[in-house]
Amino acid sequence: MQVNEYKPLIVAFCCNWCSYAGADLAGNNRADYPAEVKIIRVPCSCRVNPTFVLKAFQRGADGVIICGCHPGDCHYTSGNYYTRRRMAMLFSMLDYLGIERERTRLEWVSAAEGAKFAATMRDFVQKVAALGENKRLEDLRCKK
Amino acid sequence: MQKITEKHLAEKAKDLLSQGKVSAVLGWRRGEFDYDVTPALFTDADEIENGLVYNCFCGANLSKYLVSKIRAVEGRMLVFLKPCDTYSINQLFTEHRVDREKVYIVGIPCNGMADITKIRNAVGEGITGVSGDECLRVETLYSDEPAELCLADVMSERCVNCKSKKHVAYDELLGDEGEVLDSHRFDEVERIERMSPDERFAFWQRELSRCIRCNACRDACPACTCEVCVFNNPASGVESKAPVNEFEEKMFHIIRAFHVAGRCTDCGECSRVCPQNIPLHLLNRKLIKDMNECYGEYQAGEAVGGVSPLTDYTAEDGEPGDLIRRRDTDA
Repeated sequence: MQVNEYKPLIVAFCCNWCSYAGADLAGNNRADYPAEVKIIRVPCSCRVNPTFVLKAFQRGADGVIICGCHPGDCHYTSGNYYTRRRMAMLFSMLDYLGIERERTRLEWVSAAEGAKFAATMRDFVQKVAALGENKRLEDLRCKK
Repeated sequence: MQKITEKHLAEKAKDLLSQGKVSAVLGWRRGEFDYDVTPALFTDADEIENGLVYNCFCGANLSKYLVSKIRAVEGRMLVFLKPCDTYSINQLFTEHRVDREKVYIVGIPCNGMADITKIRNAVGEGITGVSGDECLRVETLYSDEPAELCLADVMSERCVNCKSKKHVAYDELLGDEGEVLDSHRFDEVERIERMSPDERFAFWQRELSRCIRCNACRDACPACTCEVCVFNNPASGVESKAPVNEFEEKMFHIIRAFHVAGRCTDCGECSRVCPQNIPLHLLNRKLIKDMNECYGEYQAGEAVGGVSPLTDYTAEDGEPGDLIRRRDTDA
């Protein structure tokens, strides 16, 4: 048995209206997803400022995933459309700076998709675990 | 075509001052040396006669200075703008940072600005004087004969790939109307995109780790006009240079590039003022290039009142992954 098995730290920003409820449904249905995923509830996926993603990496996250309502289903009509553009630019910029592109993801999860939420998180954690620790965006000041 | 020199600028400025059309003139004056030209505000004809210069070191984008200077002046202010500077002022008009009625824009032609670092690399230290325009005569302490350099060989990086010789905003033009150029300004961005992620990381590590967090890029940027800036906040984590590792450099530069995303007029001031010669415009150009590819051609400042791609959307926009995947299949 491996004693110190590497477990990545994943921050998941979930919109209050769809994805957070989707995560809730995953729990109610006993759908398994890794405990490494730490959920932060936000009113809308477009509440996620690009700085939040960077700050998460700074504080030791190995991967950041943003979950919102499907396009067209936003509680505030258009929030997720802005998220989509903004995150496309941010992820592309991180890729440009040589940060592993698998560390970031944007996913649409509705309140009915508990199974999808669990599957997405399992997949994401697996991909990030394969990359190993986040070395390229770590901040030593934030290390214990 | 008539050649426009600083004499023409001075005449125009004195003319408008004496007519009372403007009450102050924003231009450039010589610093300690020929090559450290600095923005300056003139209010009388004598000052203009003795002080105003226009040469290949007048790179400073004066539109940024209007934001703070215009409040101190009653009446209109004359400002001399090169073609790329007029994009910046249009963006400032769009964002209501400068009142159109208070500015009198005189568009002046530009043949590209010289980069003093490149001149130093060519002739060495101890430069005492630089004169000429197309062909530069550089005098140094260590040589009796002045060195001759072609402007094209020592041109700023941003000017080599000039996007436009056309003034997009003016009240009056000195010289002829130029044209929007078919520039290769994204070539360097594409070259970096074609590198492997490890090479890209190493490239940016090498460039950004030189950052000394002087904030000159922010101070010179005509799109950065917030009076209270996030970079002055001690809690931002990027307020000052940290002695540990490189995170805050990347964070600082990503934040800076993002704050002007969709508003950057690609004037290249950030790279010009960087004392460490970090090619900061490559971050801004990356964002412009991505937005052009994904959401249609858009150049901030082309017209007053443009809608930035990041404050707009369509239901058919691609997912973030599509953009990166498409680039992979292209490569």
